[in-house]
Amino acid sequence: MTDVHPADNPSENPGERRAAYALISPAWVAFVVLLAGPSLAVVVLSLTDWQLGAPTMNFIGLGNYEQLFADRVFWKSFTNTFVYCLVVVPGSVFLGLGLALLIEGATFGRAFYRAAYFLPVTSTLIAMAVVWEFLLHPSVGLVNIVLEQVGITGGDWLKNPNRALFTLAGIGIWQSAGLNMVLFMAGLKAIPPDLYEAAEIDGASSVWERFRCVTWPMLGPATLFVTVVSGIRSFQVFDTVEVLTKGGPNKATEVLLYTMYTEAFNFFRTGYGAAITVVFLVVVLALTLLQVKAGEKRTHYG
Amino acid sequence: MTRRGSLLGHVLRHAVLLAGLVIMLAPFVWMISTSLKPPNEIFSTKLSLLPTHWAAVENYTKAFTKVPLLRYLLNGVIVTGGIFLLQLLVSLPAAYALAKLRFKGSDILFTMVLIGLMIPAQAPAIPRYVMLYELGLLDSYAALILPFVFSAFGIFLMRQFFRTVPDDLMHAARLDGLGEFEILWRIMLPLAMPAMLAFGVISIVTHWNDFFWPLIVIQTGDLATPPLGTLFFRNEEAGSDFGPLMAGTVVITAPLILLFLAAQRRFIEGVTLSGMKG
Repeated sequence: MTDVHPADNPSENPGERRAAYALISPAWVAFVVLLAGPSLAVVVLSLTDWQLGAPTMNFIGLGNYEQLFADRVFWKSFTNTFVYCLVVVPGSVFLGLGLALLIEGATFGRAFYRAAYFLPVTSTLIAMAVVWEFLLHPSVGLVNIVLEQVGITGGDWLKNPNRALFTLAGIGIWQSAGLNMVLFMAGLKAIPPDLYEAAEIDGASSVWERFRCVTWPMLGPATLFVTVVSGIRSFQVFDTVEVLTKGGPNKATEVLLYTMYTEAFNFFRTGYGAAITVVFLVVVLALTLLQVKAGEKRTHYG
Repeated sequence: MTRRGSLLGHVLRHAVLLAGLVIMLAPFVWMISTSLKPPNEIFSTKLSLLPTHWAAVENYTKAFTKVPLLRYLLNGVIVTGGIFLLQLLVSLPAAYALAKLRFKGSDILFTMVLIGLMIPAQAPAIPRYVMLYELGLLDSYAALILPFVFSAFGIFLMRQFFRTVPDDLMHAARLDGLGEFEILWRIMLPLAMPAMLAFGVISIVTHWNDFFWPLIVIQTGDLATPPLGTLFFRNEEAGSDFGPLMAGTVVITAPLILLFLAAQRRFIEGVTLSGMKG
């Protein structure tokens, strides 16, 4: 070993190169076999009429997509997924922001509040969905009993087609607000304290003024980022649907991943399920590009 | 935020936070409360946190005998442990090479890692299922573990960490005659403990709570992970025997909640990191 600066001339250190290839090869193989291969295969499968276990497979071009876009259930599912996101994203983002502001501004108990509000994020959602099913029970559920006390008849939360999707969205907000809260807390910590002093000298004396002049503009990029991350997460809603409504009543809570799951894994219409996956993937990737853009903006503000 | 303001402000702030807390934590409190009550008190519309007649022993005994709850928890440990161990085995060497070694194709591999970060877990599900079906591996631990061995997030996180380790340390080790594997094993690994813990939190929370994949590949009750086991239990009960059912959900949710309460800071840090990733 005479060369102490191997990095200066990469092509002239075969030992280092060989070691590097040995070190990366397991990851490379795993990437190709488990992620890249299957992700490309899903696009190819979406162009076939294949059903799992069937001996033949024919390329049918965009046939699955034509069928998909003509299917009323698919559009219902697609719309439902967006409606769900349009409720959960603003709900959990504003709740998360409000909690972060309230907790960070408190003089004591901050660690306690943060942990308590974060609890739903780490708890097993399937188990909590079963608990929610009991809480929302029309006659013996806690929600309706409490509403009864103030003279409101709660009714059925999961079997009423006008209400079921919003009930699931409520559970979605309950589950994800704590995550957005900690993301906002990270954003708040990055605001230099002297900005508040400067604003005060400039006459921003009330809490609201300081929020409007300093916190909100400085938090702007973080807000965009948290919104997109929430969008991506809520677009993947599946667990509560499978446990609580199975897409019903009357397709009122049919969402994209649930449709994909039933087509591909209950009816084994593999090609058709793959086409739904591709639509799902396109939306998520579009949102992710937005997130990357938001992330770039965020780093500018440091 | 500034930490001043009037007394009224303070009182209001805590009043709002505590009221919100009651709503956020109500499901947990009611779950525990119900798991202690006999059926007649569960079906009464009177609100009370503690039972008049305790039925905790009956409910929990029934929960443990009706379905193999401990087996579900054990499966959860086997699956999350297996996934994390294999993820480390694959990610650590690659992350070290990407951070510290110069070689042709390193930028291509890193681009692949970044692309991997963007692909949601459900996208490759169908072809993965077909692969396991062809290999005869459906309904096995392998089906639960193998698909998640490659972790783009793990490689990314560990690479970012290894980049902060000064090069001099490696140069000195090389002068002492250590090979790259030894440098990774004896010098980098002990340094990387905090980053590995953050990665561990994310990996374990993700796969302990994952429901989509176990639902697809597992049919046998004995192989159910905790979330899938919860569903089996619920279906068995047909949604009427709430006491034992809530006792079951207490048992299923307890491990992660206890882990969280024991290591809150690391948990929140870890999950914040993965939230950044999406």
